[in-house]
Amino acid sequence: MTKTIIEVKNLRKDFFMGEVTVHALRGVSLEIKAGEFVAIMGTSGSGKSTMLNILGCLDKPTSGEYYLDEVAVSGLTKNELAMLRNRKLGFVFQSYNLLARTSALENVELPLLYNSKIKAKERKEIAIHALEAVGLADRMHHMPNQLSGGQQQRVAIARSLVNDPVVILADEATGNLDTRTSYEIMALFQELNSKGKTIVFVTHEPDIAKFTSKNVIFKDGHIIKQLDVVDRNDARQMIAELPAVNEYD
Amino acid sequence: MNFKNLIKIALNALQRNKMRAFLTMLGIIIGVASVIAMLAIGQGSKKSIQDQVSSMGSNMINVMPGGQMFGGVQMGNTSMKSLKLADIDAIRAQSTAISRISPEVRSSGQAIYGNKNTPTSIYGVNNEYLDIRKVSVKTGRKFTENEIKSAAKVCLIGKTVITELFGENADPVGKYIRFNSIPVKIIGVLTEKGQSTFGQDQDDLLIAPYTMVQKRILAIDYIQGIYASAINEQKASLAKTEVENILRAKHKIADDQDNDFEVRSQDELIKTFGSISDVLTILLGAIAGISLLVGGIGIMNIMYVSVTERTREIGLRMSIGGRGKDILMQFLTESIMISVIGGVIGILLGLGAAKGVGSIMNWPVEVMPQAVVLAFCVCTAIGVFFGWYPARKASNLDPIDALRYE
Repeated sequence: MTKTIIEVKNLRKDFFMGEVTVHALRGVSLEIKAGEFVAIMGTSGSGKSTMLNILGCLDKPTSGEYYLDEVAVSGLTKNELAMLRNRKLGFVFQSYNLLARTSALENVELPLLYNSKIKAKERKEIAIHALEAVGLADRMHHMPNQLSGGQQQRVAIARSLVNDPVVILADEATGNLDTRTSYEIMALFQELNSKGKTIVFVTHEPDIAKFTSKNVIFKDGHIIKQLDVVDRNDARQMIAELPAVNEYD
Repeated sequence: MNFKNLIKIALNALQRNKMRAFLTMLGIIIGVASVIAMLAIGQGSKKSIQDQVSSMGSNMINVMPGGQMFGGVQMGNTSMKSLKLADIDAIRAQSTAISRISPEVRSSGQAIYGNKNTPTSIYGVNNEYLDIRKVSVKTGRKFTENEIKSAAKVCLIGKTVITELFGENADPVGKYIRFNSIPVKIIGVLTEKGQSTFGQDQDDLLIAPYTMVQKRILAIDYIQGIYASAINEQKASLAKTEVENILRAKHKIADDQDNDFEVRSQDELIKTFGSISDVLTILLGAIAGISLLVGGIGIMNIMYVSVTERTREIGLRMSIGGRGKDILMQFLTESIMISVIGGVIGILLGLGAAKGVGSIMNWPVEVMPQAVVLAFCVCTAIGVFFGWYPARKASNLDPIDALRYE
């Protein structure tokens, strides 16, 4: 039996804005097993971002239970949450969030700086491995502004990998990229997934969701549908099918 | 996060904004440099005053007339005449701690030689005065007993007066000059002493027998001061008490009355001038300290800007496991780094400035190691103090808001 990485039971999240209470999540239950590649979909305001924040231990639910890798998250303090993020989670953001004027390698090393168990030398080795895994070994000393959007996102993915997280949380990770680059990033995610990484991917683009193994659809704070993707797209293949960019040749 | 990583991160952050870091540091650099330089100048002047005063003889005791009050009214002229030659005899006879004693009367006037003249002062004293004040005769001789008794019109002359009247290298011994209208024979030349710390030319003087100045120039029967020296430094305070008691008895001053004279030992003089230059040092230091404070505010300002500017970075660091404490330490380290690096540069610059001012302006400077250590500590404290609030603000950010910050 595969291990359950994320287990959420009857999760509620209310925001109090003055006199108005916004119910962002109205009782959500979800289970994600190891090795799954889940797309969380929904329109703006459907609660998917709130869900991701809670899954990412950045926010606390108003009520409900959340187990991350069998750890009960609800009762943890701020510092314990930070520790959990450091050891068990990897984040990939829409806008990459790389540190400017800091080399790719140093950006990737960043999460390890907050892990006192890892020594400086190890840190560098792990970071180089992660960059190799995303195919950027030759760019490790480049600054973010010397990298393309796709490459920057690869650095961000490498950064999310260095601490060997139980789950990678990606928030619209392809939102700033063109189609081809998006597919390349999805190909990378698929590759990581095939090696056993659990990935939770928030997106509102159905064609991107097609690359994942399971789609969870949010609406008005509820999960309205959970479906396994039957005709899953292979990103490598899709790239090959794209028209070649040689119009100006 | 360990200390090494913190320093590395802070250095990287500063490197990313070299110009800004430098300008921020400049406030601290200027502040610290001026504190160090000002304190060095203040201390230097204090020390040189002390050296000078003790070079005049640290066992010296000085009695001045005055100090008597009647019903709250200072008795100006009369009390200024309270010292007599008899007082000197009394002290000489009764005191056990005094080795030398001399009266002093002085007058300012015009010294004239041929067609040249110069304003100067004439001091009427005895031979012991030269030992008490550490003045020596370079060429020529001291007074004879007879010259003192007979109020002979002879004098010793200082270098400045020679230059004014005779020219730089002339030998005036044996020549006659006039002081006001009185012809005086030069019998000796005084060894140069140079300028005193108070800016007074110590070579612009004539020294003559007190009898001569008293009778022929001032026509008075009192004396304007008494200089004495104790047998040694240890006996100086005893000598002072003795002189005071002897004079009180001699002047028939009742127990409940104030002295009509003032006895000062060199120790007190040192203390007095010391406290004056202490005030000066504090004043200079305070002014410099204000610029240090302004520098600190500059750091705080920049750290606030930096925190706002790097809100997303803070959000990211939090999302990958940075605790509030880590973020706090990161920004605190940065501000401490700015202030400490600025402080070290400032200390070096301050030492340089003190040396430079010392040699160019010919001022005495004295760098106190404590001042350097203190400046360094103050810098660190400034880094912590002014870095704390911005760092606190950074650490209290909500990671979700911080990540979305545009």
